[in-house]
Amino acid sequence: MAFGPHLLLATLEGLVTAAVLSLTALGLSLVFGVMRVVNVAHGEFFMLGAVIAWGAASLFTGNAALGFVAALIISPLVVGAVAFISERLVLRRVEYNPEATIVATIGLLYILQQAALTFYGPEARPVEAPFNLRIQLPWFGYSGYKLFVIAAAIVLLLLVWLILTRTRIGLVMRATQIDREMARAFAIPVDRVYAGVFALGAMLAAIAAVLIVPIQQAHYLMGLDPLLLSFIVVIIGGLGSLRGTLVAALIIGVSDGIIAMFFSPTLAKMIATAAVALVLVFRPQGLFGTATR
Amino acid sequence: MNLGKQIFLHLLVIALLAGLEYLLPVYHQGVFARVMVLAVFAMGYNILFGYTGLLSLGHAMFFSAGLYGAGMTVYHLDWGLPLAFLTGIFCAAALSLLIGLLALRTTGVAFMIVTMMFAQVFFLATLYFGEWTRGDEGIVLPQATRLIEFSGLHFDFSNPVTRYYAALVLFAVVLFITLGIVRSRFGRVLVAIRENEERTRMLGYNVFANKLWALVISAGISGAAGAAYALLFGYVGSTFASVQYSILPLLWVLLGGASTTLGPLIGTVLMYYLVDFSSDVLARAVPDWNFSYLGVVGVALILLVLFFPKGILGTIRARWARWLP
Repeated sequence: MAFGPHLLLATLEGLVTAAVLSLTALGLSLVFGVMRVVNVAHGEFFMLGAVIAWGAASLFTGNAALGFVAALIISPLVVGAVAFISERLVLRRVEYNPEATIVATIGLLYILQQAALTFYGPEARPVEAPFNLRIQLPWFGYSGYKLFVIAAAIVLLLLVWLILTRTRIGLVMRATQIDREMARAFAIPVDRVYAGVFALGAMLAAIAAVLIVPIQQAHYLMGLDPLLLSFIVVIIGGLGSLRGTLVAALIIGVSDGIIAMFFSPTLAKMIATAAVALVLVFRPQGLFGTATR
Repeated sequence: MNLGKQIFLHLLVIALLAGLEYLLPVYHQGVFARVMVLAVFAMGYNILFGYTGLLSLGHAMFFSAGLYGAGMTVYHLDWGLPLAFLTGIFCAAALSLLIGLLALRTTGVAFMIVTMMFAQVFFLATLYFGEWTRGDEGIVLPQATRLIEFSGLHFDFSNPVTRYYAALVLFAVVLFITLGIVRSRFGRVLVAIRENEERTRMLGYNVFANKLWALVISAGISGAAGAAYALLFGYVGSTFASVQYSILPLLWVLLGGASTTLGPLIGTVLMYYLVDFSSDVLARAVPDWNFSYLGVVGVALILLVLFFPKGILGTIRARWARWLP
């Protein structure tokens, strides 16, 4: 294959990564923005989403499309419920103290991994794609499902944006993010908003995972990579800034696709991680964020 | 005034550990040798987390810098053990100086994430340079390289008894170094930084330099533990650089009691046996549940944060023995 088509292929792969990553990172960013806590277990919600997607899809073994739709409905709901319960039982009781929350969510991370290992097992299992469509480009054929993932992610991101900017729920969330005390003074149940946002963030990760399982298999240790990548994206985009998160997901996803195709994937990860640590050191507000007050 | 009591307590603990060598069956002797080395790692972590109040999620890189620094010089360059040990400590300290100059510009949550990311880069590097590190598979140091001939004396670290006492000597030295630091002016400045950084700065202390020193000492001790681990147990692998080994010392210190000199030992012993024992019991009770350290560590972390934030010795100090260092 010539260089041009090769680059196109790498870019397409990168866009798929970016699509999934932007959903996952948006969840992490929402939680950080509104609650001001870092959720280290975010990658495990992603993993849980993938594992439950496999479970839901295997209920409908005959019909891949039906199984996928079932996964898309069941998985986020279950993951959201798990997140909601853990928020009520743990995070609320440490009063969202940043350090205690990190330690507690590390604990949650291990518990979720253990649960997946116990009830799902150590194997990696694929979920069948809902449809098999191969789009023939002049130079190579490309999976129609992957293009669907990109489109679905765009639709979902628009949906989240609409919820945040055009609905009462979004208004309440933004009010809590901007000034917790003032929101409470206006009778916003801040406590319940936190639980809702934590569940919503986890659900976004779960949806991203459902979209990716037909491409990448479900495994109980798959959570670490999305977690680190989401950290990278959220940090580069500026902690708590949604627009920055999207731009950063695009940059990281596409450049990851290109570097991983032309160089070593391990090297790509090393460079990205080191670069981000340096961004956090020298520009803590992120490349696109504005300094926090 | 409490110095006598404190020194007596620490000597008593060391004497107890020495006595255990005669009492314990071989298996538990091996466990204790390992636990003492890991407790040294936890004590190093405690200097930074417990006393200075900086929560690092990247100490695996300092432990494994010591591990690789010692193990690879022995394996590839045939260096003698004392020199390899010192190289391990030096590698960890030098790495921490570099990381500290960068990471200490951040505070709070950002510091945790930055240290975690640098540690991840280090972990990936151990995989990427697999030609020398052998990545996941790791390097096994042959028994013939784990010997010291010293003016007629002959130490073989693959011998369990020698290994036990070597671990004990390292533990004892680091325990008294920690006690010395805690009682010194420097140690008090670190606690002041933990309690109120702004006020400490206003009183005229150089907060950044003190934090950097705390980090380098903490990493040096962690590196010493890593180097000792490589030389005593003869295995060097990238597992020790993974995120898990950054979280374990945090867990050990939290359980035993942050900012207590003996807490790391207690936390490490208890956690080691808790994981060992519970995975045994659970594997028998529910054989197909695949129980591993994951669940036990996870539950322990959450319970500690929720109900027992001061840890064992921290609670004892708060309630009964104010003099505990």
